[in-house]
Amino acid sequence: MNVTLVLFLIVVGITLVITGWAARRTRTTVQFWAAGRSIKGWQNGLAISGDYMSAASFLGIAGLIAFNGYDGFMYSVGWLVAYLTVLFLIAEPMRNTGKYTLADVISYRMSPIPVRSAAAFSTVAVSASYMMAQMIGAGSLIKILIPSLDTALKPWFNWTVLGTKLDPSITLVGVLMMIYVIAGGMVATTWVQIVKAIFLMGGAVLLSFLVMLHFGFNFGSFFDSIAGVKDSKSGLNFTQPGILYAYGKTQVWGVDKALLENVSLGMALILGTAGLPHILMRFFTVPNAKAARQSVAWAMGLIGSFYIMTTFLGFGAATLVGKAKICATVAPKCTPNSNLAAPRLAEYLGNSFFGTGGGEFLLAFIAAVAFATILAVVAGLTLAASGAFSHDFYVNVVRTHILHGQVSDREQVLVARITAALVGLLSIWLAARVGATANVAALVAGVAFVIASAANLPAILFTLFWKRFNTWGAVASLVGGSLVTIWLVAIGPGWTVPVNANPAFPLQNVGIVSIPIGFVLAIVGTYLGELVKADRLAEQKFHEIDVRAQTGLGAEPVADVA
Amino acid sequence: MEIERSRPSQPSAGAQEAPKTGSKSEDAAYWEGLEHTEEFRQLVSARLRFVLPATVFFLVYYFLLPLLNGLAPNLMRTDVVGHVNIAYLFALSQFFVAWLLAWFYIRRANGLFDRLAAAVRDRAARERRAAP
Repeated sequence: MNVTLVLFLIVVGITLVITGWAARRTRTTVQFWAAGRSIKGWQNGLAISGDYMSAASFLGIAGLIAFNGYDGFMYSVGWLVAYLTVLFLIAEPMRNTGKYTLADVISYRMSPIPVRSAAAFSTVAVSASYMMAQMIGAGSLIKILIPSLDTALKPWFNWTVLGTKLDPSITLVGVLMMIYVIAGGMVATTWVQIVKAIFLMGGAVLLSFLVMLHFGFNFGSFFDSIAGVKDSKSGLNFTQPGILYAYGKTQVWGVDKALLENVSLGMALILGTAGLPHILMRFFTVPNAKAARQSVAWAMGLIGSFYIMTTFLGFGAATLVGKAKICATVAPKCTPNSNLAAPRLAEYLGNSFFGTGGGEFLLAFIAAVAFATILAVVAGLTLAASGAFSHDFYVNVVRTHILHGQVSDREQVLVARITAALVGLLSIWLAARVGATANVAALVAGVAFVIASAANLPAILFTLFWKRFNTWGAVASLVGGSLVTIWLVAIGPGWTVPVNANPAFPLQNVGIVSIPIGFVLAIVGTYLGELVKADRLAEQKFHEIDVRAQTGLGAEPVADVA
Repeated sequence: MEIERSRPSQPSAGAQEAPKTGSKSEDAAYWEGLEHTEEFRQLVSARLRFVLPATVFFLVYYFLLPLLNGLAPNLMRTDVVGHVNIAYLFALSQFFVAWLLAWFYIRRANGLFDRLAAAVRDRAARERRAAP
């Protein structure tokens, strides 16, 4: 075992102890799902940041900037501005009308069986695709920490599942994470997210500080150095837009393709957050609408500061390390893996400031922070996916309307665990299919955020603000929006490096097509539902949800914490 | 309430129930009645007056960034100070615009919106007491 690995395991061990401690403090249902609704605004803001800033934000964006310069920074911008959508339209009404999950709000006006089933489907789709990227991030970290693992495991690990060869590192770390999350009672408690958010901010501040120290805290010379990095293909320097998607090269539907990609990406980034089940669940943990908006304010402050720091992480890796050396195993002509930009930057900075041991130490520390980040996000996603399935689908559809009878807590937890395991395995398989060198930020923004904006966002917005919206419309957007997105991504260029050169759908970012389709499906579904007079209750119920969403009348109260 | 009834296996967390009424149509009439009160209308129009222009503004401001990057690349690649160009400064400004808008919203919500919402809740409570 090398020093880096030992240090890594120590830091991860500390995180696990904290998680275990937090798990034991969770007893009742309200405590488990909604933390007793007693979380303060600033605590919830930190927890939202913890849930939100995943491998995509840390490893992914740093890598996109390190490999493509300025264009990667667009992800940081969009992922912060997204919170205005959440703050203005979603956070307070969700708190006022919701209970445990996204489906609680939508099914409030609608027929519970179809809507809960559809919401469970879209929640699992968002969570699995989100988790796929986390698995890639974790797998990449293992590849950098234990370079020989893939080769060592090869004799025992030569499995092809449904045409996809499993990746040993991703599978091993993915299965271990899932076992931990499932056996540990699936804790993604507020405290775990808070601790992790602080770790992550600390890691980012440290790296940014060291990058600036390297440049003598002179922004001018930092940017001079960035402008000195040139993209070989376009000849642009790294401060200039147009490297990730080259402008003016090809046209799609009569419009510049790069422009479409960037606008499409922007749509997914700023609309997707408002449809992420694991983020929306966080608003059910606070006592009232005021605390909900305060938690968004805290989250925006933290997340925004973090994303501004991606300038230092990403450009720092571009200038100090360079794309050619950002690989799992550094060798001449190695395969670059953009997810490893931040760890390689840490190693470089450690070596240059603290000598040889310093590089190993800082690499281990940043890898551990990234791993803790991934583990906490995986726990949050598992909670959202298994919650949607066991609470919304199993308890409220199967056991309430089909197989009558009391559901014991044990039964519900068992269903949740089985769901979690299946979603975990699905995401491991998807991760292997996409490959470990796919950028995790691009992947999350390109799949999970698009499903969230095409399927969940229309359903949520129309439930809250459109009187005529009904069950048919909700099911059409939840299921249709998810399926259209998944289909377009599947036939598009994809994110595997290198991308599919001859795709049936031209764009990597499919949001510009699938998000409008999601909204249109919601509207068409609603009118079809009206034609067959399927659902008259939905309109009656609108008055109630309208008043409750705006005023907080009859909202779920703070639970007695015994 | 419906949300409680549809979840028989979940013990209620002791929800502070909105006023109970007899039948479903009476329930709907109660909420619709509240919807038509002066207090509620004031709340909705106050929120709309802020949220609508603010949402339009941030969407326009945000999408200007990718649009200008694509349509006016030479302008965006112009260096302002050293090698810091317009594209980067515009991207950075998005953070401060977002923070500023959030601050405006929260100030307005903590004051005006909360006060108007409380007025609707008071009205609801008064009407409850007045009812037989």
